[in-house]
Amino acid sequence: MKNKLNTLSVATIAVALSLAGCSSTPVEDNTTSIDNTEVAEAVPATPVEETPMATKITAETVFYFDFDKATLRPESREALMQHAAALQSSPRNVRLEGHGDERGTREYNMALGERRAKAVKEFLIMQGVSTGLVEVISYGEERAASFGSNDNSWAMNRRVELK
Amino acid sequence: MVNSVLNKLQIGVVCLALSGVVWGELVIRVTQGNDTPTKISVAPFSRVDDSVLEDVARIIEADLQRSGLFALTPREDMLSYPSMVKDVYYRDWRLLGSEYLVVGKIMRLKDNRYAIDFSLLSVTAQKSVFRHRVTGSAKQIRDLSHLISDKIYREITGISGIFSTRIAYVTATQAANRTIYRLHVADADGAREQLMLESAEPIMSPAWSPDAKELAYVSFETGRPAIFRQNLQTGERQQLTNFSGLNGAPAWSPDGTHMALVLSKDGNPEIYNLNLQNMKFTRLTRHFSIDTEPTWMPDGENLLFTSDRGGTPQIYKLNIATKGTERLTFTGNYNARASLAPDGRTLAMVHRESGVFHIASFDLLTGRLSELTQTRLDESPSVAPNGAMLMYATKQDGRGVLAAVALDAGVKYMLPARDGDVREPAWSPFIR
Repeated sequence: MKNKLNTLSVATIAVALSLAGCSSTPVEDNTTSIDNTEVAEAVPATPVEETPMATKITAETVFYFDFDKATLRPESREALMQHAAALQSSPRNVRLEGHGDERGTREYNMALGERRAKAVKEFLIMQGVSTGLVEVISYGEERAASFGSNDNSWAMNRRVELK
Repeated sequence: MVNSVLNKLQIGVVCLALSGVVWGELVIRVTQGNDTPTKISVAPFSRVDDSVLEDVARIIEADLQRSGLFALTPREDMLSYPSMVKDVYYRDWRLLGSEYLVVGKIMRLKDNRYAIDFSLLSVTAQKSVFRHRVTGSAKQIRDLSHLISDKIYREITGISGIFSTRIAYVTATQAANRTIYRLHVADADGAREQLMLESAEPIMSPAWSPDAKELAYVSFETGRPAIFRQNLQTGERQQLTNFSGLNGAPAWSPDGTHMALVLSKDGNPEIYNLNLQNMKFTRLTRHFSIDTEPTWMPDGENLLFTSDRGGTPQIYKLNIATKGTERLTFTGNYNARASLAPDGRTLAMVHRESGVFHIASFDLLTGRLSELTQTRLDESPSVAPNGAMLMYATKQDGRGVLAAVALDAGVKYMLPARDGDVREPAWSPFIR
């Protein structure tokens, strides 16, 4: 009723959109967390304020979760607090994309991915971020960051990405 | 009756030609058969001329083989190739140990359509069981072959054949650092694959309408998950939901007037019932846990769904009128995504045992649970409309593939794709 489009045109539009907006690349490995520890020490030296760009670039934007869990890990908190501070000083719309690993059913993993993204959203809101700025979306297991069927890949895929 | 079936098939063939994209047909490999299969021979069908390229007998052999209930006589072992009952020497087939024999011939009619006359003979009783004729165009020879298989299967087993049914599934192909998602429909044997939708955003959860004319599915093409319905013949589609949060797991009611689905717009995933006539949503569950994967019971009055309200995902039953729920599964700590057999008694589901995900059947009357598959990462079971087989998704060599298994676990076969990951098979209802 809302939309009557033919298959081929929708397929073309969808492909074109993704080509235009394809700036995000999947997380490759764990080395990003090493970078993050250095950054985490550097950031407090800079006064929180007019330079939200700097915060966006430096703080970790991917947060990992345990199997079948939607509880924030302690190590995610520091980076999230930086994001919260930046969002309060210079508000922008952010998107939290929740993901799961391939184990379990696809629709259940959609629900689990949403639960994870909501856990991150709740943390940001508790830090004072306006709820209207944060959109939550789950991709379930449909957009893997790592394609192996092993513990390492699964750990990389149970994540929330802040965009 | 056959004529009305064929009219619809003709439209299907036109649609296939229009879509124009046919790639990587699935290839069947039977990996396990029945212990005591019925021995049957399908003699090559005679042709009046060379205009028909398909080997009808081979298609029938492949159908019967795939059902797992039959052992086929290799063509090279046959002592004669009769195409009519009067040419059959029963001793030729008795010597081979055959219990049944199929013979047939293909004829061209005056209007350039084709007729296939075929007979099923009992070698044991030395007599013809039945004789039948199917007719159609040159492009429908495969359809006619499957109709013949259905008729033979039904006569011998007493169960309706599923060789004329279709399957829908999703493929994901990696291309230049991104994933292309495609929704396909193909014959139940994987032949004549047809592209329904292509997108750079995920496509999920295909579900057939009860008349087998439409699919519902989840597409992320708007940047968020939304449920669509699409007509297979015209390609016409309609977006049904556009809520914030989850829009997922569509399931058509048996009468086609409603669709059960999952929305999380009110905070967490709940089951809703969408009236497709007035587009009104009725909320059916109200719980802080995950409620998802609704599937209809044949009575149209109850749903099964997955919920972790008890701490782990389990299958629950929900009465639509009273909204009362009842937990059905208690064995193991992960039972999800029920697919019901048409008898409403046996369901297939994803069951975790020792950390490994299998497909299991569960008898609602006796509470008996049986593991049907032994591989890991098995998911998305979809029971065939005759209740004899189910198709599911699994992983092989790191790739998503489709496989089928009998609900009594006697037969198993794989449908490996040549390209990309294949997932989420949905077995169509009977095509009428």
